[in-house]
Amino acid sequence: MANAVKVKDSLFGQKQTKLLMDLLVYVVLSIVGIIFIMPFAWMVANSFKDLRGIYKFPPEFIPEVWHFENYTEAWTATHFDIGFLNSALVAAAVVLGQVVTASLAGYSFARLRYPGRDKIFLLYISLMMVPFTVLLIPLYIQMRAFGWVSTLQAVIVPFLFTPWGTFMMRQFMVTIPRELEDAARIDGCGFFRTYWLIILPLTKPALATLAIFTFVNTWNSYQWPLIVLAKPKVKTLPLLLASFQNQSAMRTPWHLIMAASTFVVVPVLIAFVVGQKYYVRGIVTTGIKGGG
Amino acid sequence: MAANLAGASPRQKRGGIEDFKRAFTGLRRGETIAGYLFLAPNFIGFIIFLLFPICFAFVIMLTDWSLAKPPAFVGLENFETMVNDRLFWKSLGNSFYYTFVAVPTGIFIAFWLALALNRKMRGIIFFRTIYFLPQITLTVAAATIWRWIYQPEIGMINHMLDWFGIDGPKWIHDTKWAMPSVIIMSNWQGIGFAMLILLAGLQGIPEEYYEAASIDGASGWQRMRYVTLPMLTPALFFVVVTSLISAFQSFDQFFVLTQGGPAHATTPLTLYIFQNAFTFFKMGYGAALASVVFVIILIITIVQWRLARRWVIGFESDDD
Repeated sequence: MANAVKVKDSLFGQKQTKLLMDLLVYVVLSIVGIIFIMPFAWMVANSFKDLRGIYKFPPEFIPEVWHFENYTEAWTATHFDIGFLNSALVAAAVVLGQVVTASLAGYSFARLRYPGRDKIFLLYISLMMVPFTVLLIPLYIQMRAFGWVSTLQAVIVPFLFTPWGTFMMRQFMVTIPRELEDAARIDGCGFFRTYWLIILPLTKPALATLAIFTFVNTWNSYQWPLIVLAKPKVKTLPLLLASFQNQSAMRTPWHLIMAASTFVVVPVLIAFVVGQKYYVRGIVTTGIKGGG
Repeated sequence: MAANLAGASPRQKRGGIEDFKRAFTGLRRGETIAGYLFLAPNFIGFIIFLLFPICFAFVIMLTDWSLAKPPAFVGLENFETMVNDRLFWKSLGNSFYYTFVAVPTGIFIAFWLALALNRKMRGIIFFRTIYFLPQITLTVAAATIWRWIYQPEIGMINHMLDWFGIDGPKWIHDTKWAMPSVIIMSNWQGIGFAMLILLAGLQGIPEEYYEAASIDGASGWQRMRYVTLPMLTPALFFVVVTSLISAFQSFDQFFVLTQGGPAHATTPLTLYIFQNAFTFFKMGYGAALASVVFVIILIITIVQWRLARRWVIGFESDDD
């Protein structure tokens, strides 16, 4: 009897402790959350101020007067229309290319038998870890030889295939039950029809993961475009944003820079919120790091 | 990996001319041809844009090549130059400073965040999303925002320090504070990745283990020490290796936030390579410097795999 009371007591105590802990965790998570969101919040707030508002002391978070014209001004001052077009074109081409080449090769590695297959696959895996820093110089010299410097081909064509995407596709396709394919083959489907009608529809989650990763990475890509894209009319958004803030001015136009940053960031945020499920799964299953 | 490969094709025999011939005749002919055709678009890209450049890099590092003139073969001269190059050692030191401070601090914070997010509470996904947003923000934009945050007079941080009567440092304009500034920004941006992997690791620990530990009378701290930490070691290992590798290759945040300054205080090896190759057009020297990045990343990976046997639970190395 005494024991039962004791157990009940301690259970009650545990419940209390859990509630208290939950509350504490919420407080900590919220504080950290505010720290994480603060730079974005200030970016948006500052994008609606004028320069005087930004330099104001003490600072105010909500702008006194809302300067919506910052956005149009930043947009024209940086030729962001061209940048958006270039970035969108490059991202679309690279995403499409990688999805096609990676799924085709993934199917080949996962399902078809032919001599040399596993050796080639091993080569893919071993070269996956070569740092991109090593490729910069030889790839640049190659682009010069092709006459591709300052053309969009230079940021599209070398990235139409992906070793890690191929690896991911292969690993995913290996897990698809063979029976489904066998049935299609018996019904007289060729290899391509089997791939198209059976394998691809089943691979959709992995394809979505690859697509959203590639989109974010391509949209955010900076170092390689910085090297190969010198002419203004081929520049992508990150290049324009970076060069905008380096333009010499008496006073850095922070309000315009913040407006420009806001509309460069927004498309990736949308892509992330829409495809978060696939993105998170991609990180957890393949451990490939996206973004910066 | 090797086991996985073998498992996928149990009937595959060792290659050889006989097998090769057989693959192109008889029943298997169609499959062989299809296999090569499916692989072709990818493999062509692989050869032209990955395999060839890597081999080419080994040639370039042995030359003196400004692109204006044809390359001159100089043997190992670039590596001799490197040994006596003060800026090379400085940038190498910066790369190590950045990598070995940013990665441990980032993982430490990510670990506690993941633990907090692993509780069964409402709104966890919301917080997870918030912590992950900086990760997908392009580094150029993130660094742009942080450049303003770090402004000594008008920036956010010094304003806030001012409320507490603290006179903030000059952050990215101060040789001592510039690197910590980059590290803080990088961790703000990158923590979401480590947090997500660790969270997945935590969620993979079976509930029964904790129950068993509780029945044995383990305290909260003991459960953490003897259940959570050991079970999390595979995820931790993974996060440590990938974070070290990617930190060593960081470029964007340095280029936008500090441009390597002041006084080379934040010039990592990657930025030094970029300057040599694309500002001074020393392709040979740049390629030689890049080979150092390659070797260091290789060493980090190998050392981690060797050490892993000592601290990662259930770790089996492929190489023996």
